Amino acid sequence: MSIPVRIYSDRTSRAFVDQVEALSGQRLLACYQCGNCSAGCPMADHMEILPHQIVRLAQLGLRETLCGSRAIWACVSCMTCNGRCPKGVRIAEVIEAVREIVLRSNRRDDQLEVSALPAEIIAALPPIALISGLRKLTS
Amino acid sequence: MRLSYFPGCTLKNHAANFDDSTIAACTRLGLEVKELDRWNCCGTVHGLAADDLIHRMAPITNLIRAKEAGADAFMTGCAMCYSTLKRANLHVRQDLKALSVLNDFLSLEQTDYRGDLDVLHLLEVLRDRIGFERLAAQVERPLSGLRVACYYGCLLVRPREAAIDDSEQPRVMEDLVAALGATPVQFPVKTECCGAYQVVADPGIIAERTHRIISSAARNGADLVAVSCPLCAHNLDHRQVDARRLDPDLAPLPVFYFTQLMALALGCTEEVLRLEHHRTDPRASLAARGLL
Repeated sequence: MSIPVRIYSDRTSRAFVDQVEALSGQRLLACYQCGNCSAGCPMADHMEILPHQIVRLAQLGLRETLCGSRAIWACVSCMTCNGRCPKGVRIAEVIEAVREIVLRSNRRDDQLEVSALPAEIIAALPPIALISGLRKLTS
Repeated sequence: MRLSYFPGCTLKNHAANFDDSTIAACTRLGLEVKELDRWNCCGTVHGLAADDLIHRMAPITNLIRAKEAGADAFMTGCAMCYSTLKRANLHVRQDLKALSVLNDFLSLEQTDYRGDLDVLHLLEVLRDRIGFERLAAQVERPLSGLRVACYYGCLLVRPREAAIDDSEQPRVMEDLVAALGATPVQFPVKTECCGAYQVVADPGIIAERTHRIISSAARNGADLVAVSCPLCAHNLDHRQVDARRLDPDLAPLPVFYFTQLMALALGCTEEVLRLEHHRTDPRASLAARGLL
């Protein structure tokens, strides 16, 4: 995948960087792109942007690319990345921050419609699956 | 020690095999385990956003209930409940302003919470308060010959500040099953995520994850997989059929809660194992070792 990047400081991208840093509690520029997070990520196969690339895109303030990605919803916060980051960056928190930005926007872009699932599928799912899915994927 | 036992939502339905075996095994061990009155869902996940406070209310309400019950500690067996409660507790212990806001919001409660109760996982209680040697002495039916792959998943071992053991090489469950007379089997994906709630949104991910975890345990000679999380159990046991669609050669491998293995070894009746809650046949592996 190639993403054209122009390095510049405009208000919108800066605001997005600030928002991600505030919601995640992380300093994005601490990341030096070693890729350890992506190497150990059990969800990497299901992501079109890998965890270290998510952090890079967040550093650059590329809101549209990040908020429109599938990868942020594939992450289930297993926190393997957090434990292995040599710089102590909590990547799972960064990804949660991007999800929160999407879910808190006035579009309320929910990623799960439980009422659309057939009754027998819902009945087969334990409450722990439904509640955690709703917590992470809906506003 | 008076422990307030928090079963969590799923143990009252899909994972009744976890609930019943926990109570039976703990009773055999002489642990005073009393189910918390009026408990509520913990929320299942710890919100990671720095400004998230509202999702701490559900876990803290449970801790207030335990305090009112006069408990010495709060105990659960569910890995997700444990992590959610433990982390909410850590949060309010480290952030007194958050604690004060929460107590204000919970002003209808008779009791303020002060961060004064410890949240423990049952495995910690067994290791640190009872001890595996003492536990081994109480084994009536050793699980001899049974090869157990201990699967930790995520939340028992991550994040580090809420982990019950080493994040990369935990051993508490292996030590437990060894005390029960079984043979722990090492396999490289014991702390690798099962895909969790993606079973609701994208079950294809679970098929791939379950295939990886179950096939790795089988390749390393396991008769069964032991878990501590009802969501892991659902994905690894009930969704094994989906993994088998990816790979018809994937042999069935049963999944047990560690408490079921305890109940079995401590001489509890077969009824408390609630084997009807399993999807992958749990009987053959036990019967083959003369345990049923």
